[in-house]
Amino acid sequence: MSLASPDLAGRQLPDRLKTPLQRFLVSWELLLLGVAVAVFVLNSFASPYFLDPWNLSDATFNFTEKAMIAFAMALLIISGEIDLSVASILALASTAMGFAVQLGADTPVLVLTGLAVGLACGAFNGLLVTGFGLPSIVVTIGTMSLFRGISYIVLGDKAYTGYPSDFAFFGQGYVWWVISFEFVLFALLAVVFAVLLHRTNFGRAVYVIGNNPVGALFSGIRVPNVKFALFLLTGLMSGVAAICLTSRLGATRPSIAFGWELEVVTMVVLGGVSILGGSGTIPGVVIAAFVMGMVTFGFGLLNVPGIVMSIFIGLLLIAVIALPRIARRLLAGRKD
Amino acid sequence: MIRLLFKSREMILGAAILVLVAAIASRFPAFVAPSNLANVFNDTAPLIILALGQMVVILTRCIDLSVAANLALTGMAVAMLNTVMPGLPVPLILLVALCLGAFMGLINGLLVWKLDIPPIVVTLGTMTIFRGIIFVISGGEWINAHEMSDTFKAFPRAVMFGLPVLSWIAIAVAAGFVVLVGRTPLGRAFFAVGGNPHAAVYTGIDVGRTQCAAYVLSGALAGLTGYLWVARYAVAYVDIAAGFELEVVAACVIGGISIAGGIGSVGGALLGALFLGIVKNALPVIHISPFWQLAISGSAIIIAVAFNATSSRAKGRVILKKAEHAL
Repeated sequence: MSLASPDLAGRQLPDRLKTPLQRFLVSWELLLLGVAVAVFVLNSFASPYFLDPWNLSDATFNFTEKAMIAFAMALLIISGEIDLSVASILALASTAMGFAVQLGADTPVLVLTGLAVGLACGAFNGLLVTGFGLPSIVVTIGTMSLFRGISYIVLGDKAYTGYPSDFAFFGQGYVWWVISFEFVLFALLAVVFAVLLHRTNFGRAVYVIGNNPVGALFSGIRVPNVKFALFLLTGLMSGVAAICLTSRLGATRPSIAFGWELEVVTMVVLGGVSILGGSGTIPGVVIAAFVMGMVTFGFGLLNVPGIVMSIFIGLLLIAVIALPRIARRLLAGRKD
Repeated sequence: MIRLLFKSREMILGAAILVLVAAIASRFPAFVAPSNLANVFNDTAPLIILALGQMVVILTRCIDLSVAANLALTGMAVAMLNTVMPGLPVPLILLVALCLGAFMGLINGLLVWKLDIPPIVVTLGTMTIFRGIIFVISGGEWINAHEMSDTFKAFPRAVMFGLPVLSWIAIAVAAGFVVLVGRTPLGRAFFAVGGNPHAAVYTGIDVGRTQCAAYVLSGALAGLTGYLWVARYAVAYVDIAAGFELEVVAACVIGGISIAGGIGSVGGALLGALFLGIVKNALPVIHISPFWQLAISGSAIIIAVAFNATSSRAKGRVILKKAEHAL
């Protein structure tokens, strides 16, 4: 931390804004797209099984559920908050659905149960953060233990199975040829979230809050309401992911989706969302989802164990934040 | 005035612990037998040591989520070292564990200091990296009791003056922290950096360096605990102490250490850890399934942070305060 303030006098202001094309050419998204293509090409050379349509279709399951949560998490992080309890919300929603099955619930009731539990957990987080003014990182570390803890109390070392057969469609069904229901849902949600963030007043408010919460307050944005809505949305998306994952696995254990919060945050940060809030885009998160999904799938085809992949994910998380900072520092050093 | 508040907060927590113990004792008197209380303390010792390390990190407005992975990696490393060189004396093993842990803390610290990466991101990342490295070096194998030498296993359990060495180390670390935090320039710097980083810069404190020092300290203690943990339970594998970092943060939050930095005390961290330790040990005694523990510590974090926030909320200058909070 230095005392030097930016030298305003010496800064050159451009006389016109960059065109959208120019902005795109120097954007994080383009770089990421390059990485995605490189990963794809490398994978097709590394394993002969990679370019099989059904294999590629299977590969999308590596990221669709996580990406659904990541869309909502991106908005939350842009607004300057974070939710580390998403994987635990997923576990609790899945447990509730399993419990409902034991009571004889059919598929529509199960879906409603999953969504309702997700919403309720999100509301609980949102209430603690906005209502009581508590830091979201501690609150959600607490609820992360609490929500999963409730799953452990209910299930212990047992598991819920016996989901109705038509419930399996959400995680195992195909809409057309190799296009799975989950992939369609992922694509739809990507569009919905992109419109919400980039084309609505609500999305604009999210950026404003992330850049300057006090300014947002003074410009008439109901900061607590927007943040509460974002926590609600994150809870809801965790519920949606819970439906998909539970349906795909066909069983619920309390350890379901353990550690996903890290992968979701990594996906969001890799997508170019600033962890400090205020900037980031949904297209970036979508490409990041593809990159992470393809990398884990490629490693899987090469028989790399999951825990070794997690080293890679951890390195990726640190590297994507560190590299731009190092680059910026080197560039700044050259100018001086 | 502020000192008074600290004292009262620790008093409240101390009273809560006494009430808890009394309530358990009224039904199960055996719980408060000195030998059992000594057992509870010994069980809680790793948590106490890690909570103290975490405390200084949180004081400087950072967080260290990699402590449990650091503990497990160091534990695995010294256990493997022991299988290769069974004759290595315990002091040397302690030194190796401390250095290895400190080195991992240094990695965290340098990333936070030199690259300005948010602490939560750094330690979430290193947490998974360290866990992954355990798998890589061990190949996923367990190191079991019969592969470790007797002196290696005996050290933390050896009884001195009525308490095992593990307990004495926790006491020694706590005593060391009382001196470090209250009586040294570095200890002052931890509070200054967390209380007001800008003011700390003007008083000549290097904020990043202080944060890095906190991480090294936390890492070294995690490394030390890594050896003690593996030797005490006489087993090392990839998943030891999984999720323990949350318990450590919980102990700090319950102990009144403000996650916003600059507020906290050694006594608070100690009591927070003891509270969790007593709850953990009391559950089987009062016939509650151990599966309740995760939910209880989660609730304890939320209640504690809500309680701390309401008790430290300043009155007056409403508009300005609101703006300051939002910042």
